[in-house]
Amino acid sequence: MSAAATWTEERRSVIRDATGVGIAVGAYGIGFGALSVASGLSFAQTMALSLLMFTGASQFALVGVIAAGGGSIAAGLTALLLGVRNTLYGLRIAPVLQVTGFKRAIAAQLTIDETTAMSLARDEDAFEGRSARLAFWATGLSVYVFWNLATLIGALGAGALGDPRAFGLDAVIPAAFLALLWPRLKGRDPWAIAIISAVVALALTPFLRPGLPVLAAALVAVIAGLRAGPALVPISSAPRDAETGAREEDGAAPGGGPA
Amino acid sequence: MWPVVLMSSLGCFLLKLTGQSVPQRLLDNPKVRHIAALLPVSLLAALVAVQTFASGQSLVLDARVAGVAAGAVALMLRAPFLVVVIVAGVVAAGLRYWGLAA
Repeated sequence: MSAAATWTEERRSVIRDATGVGIAVGAYGIGFGALSVASGLSFAQTMALSLLMFTGASQFALVGVIAAGGGSIAAGLTALLLGVRNTLYGLRIAPVLQVTGFKRAIAAQLTIDETTAMSLARDEDAFEGRSARLAFWATGLSVYVFWNLATLIGALGAGALGDPRAFGLDAVIPAAFLALLWPRLKGRDPWAIAIISAVVALALTPFLRPGLPVLAAALVAVIAGLRAGPALVPISSAPRDAETGAREEDGAAPGGGPA
Repeated sequence: MWPVVLMSSLGCFLLKLTGQSVPQRLLDNPKVRHIAALLPVSLLAALVAVQTFASGQSLVLDARVAGVAAGAVALMLRAPFLVVVIVAGVVAAGLRYWGLAA
């Protein structure tokens, strides 16, 4: 088999995977669009979040905190804290992409759970790095298009649904967060941190304004991270999870989702 | 609502750009990586808890608990995202409709 034919096959496989991930992420996008409009954001604001923020977990968090009466500063801070992981993804992916200037800005916007996972899943040295780079760009394009199309569909659909409480919106929002959390709960440590964070947030709820208990719970991650031994939670674990079916949050939201 | 939508979108972009732009060694230490990997776990777990049990500053048990529990069962059965949230919504809405929960 010639090298050229092999690259053709590799490219086809990368593009097929990228399309699959984009379609999978679309489900979260429909959920986000519907929740956002039902939570009181306008159609334009909902689309702006998917087009500009483009990291699913942060988008869900912003909308969820606002729906719970948390105020915009707490909502924005929660979204930003959830976006911190994309900084680490960028660190990991920059040497693979090796881009500068405007292209780097585009790459940055596309740096989410899904693109990082799909790119790192390819052999970094295969085809002189073309495979890993194509996986990033193809997944980024696919997720960006499907995430925004899905948001559009969800937002239009929610507008037609009417009273949010009648369809259990207040139960849908925490269930959406649980679905985003689920793939990250692998092993004992994440479970322990999740439970302690939940207890801390509930314990503080009577004493702090809505939105603040969640931010306070972030300290649990900071303390656990500072105390952790070197073996805990390799940075690659979150993207790998995303690849096996979670969304992103942020990456592709949802989460990351686009996340 | 527009200021928070635009400011936090810009902030999220700058967080992404920082990762692409800063020298590798600046952020690449194990403790920073651990914290960044654990932050989503902490925040999402806290969001699940608060949005299931809090109503303003009080803690209440209502139809949401049953809805989220049903969603958790759907997750254990490996249901896709849309099924999970629809199950949660339908269970909560159904309990309210039949007057079984607030």
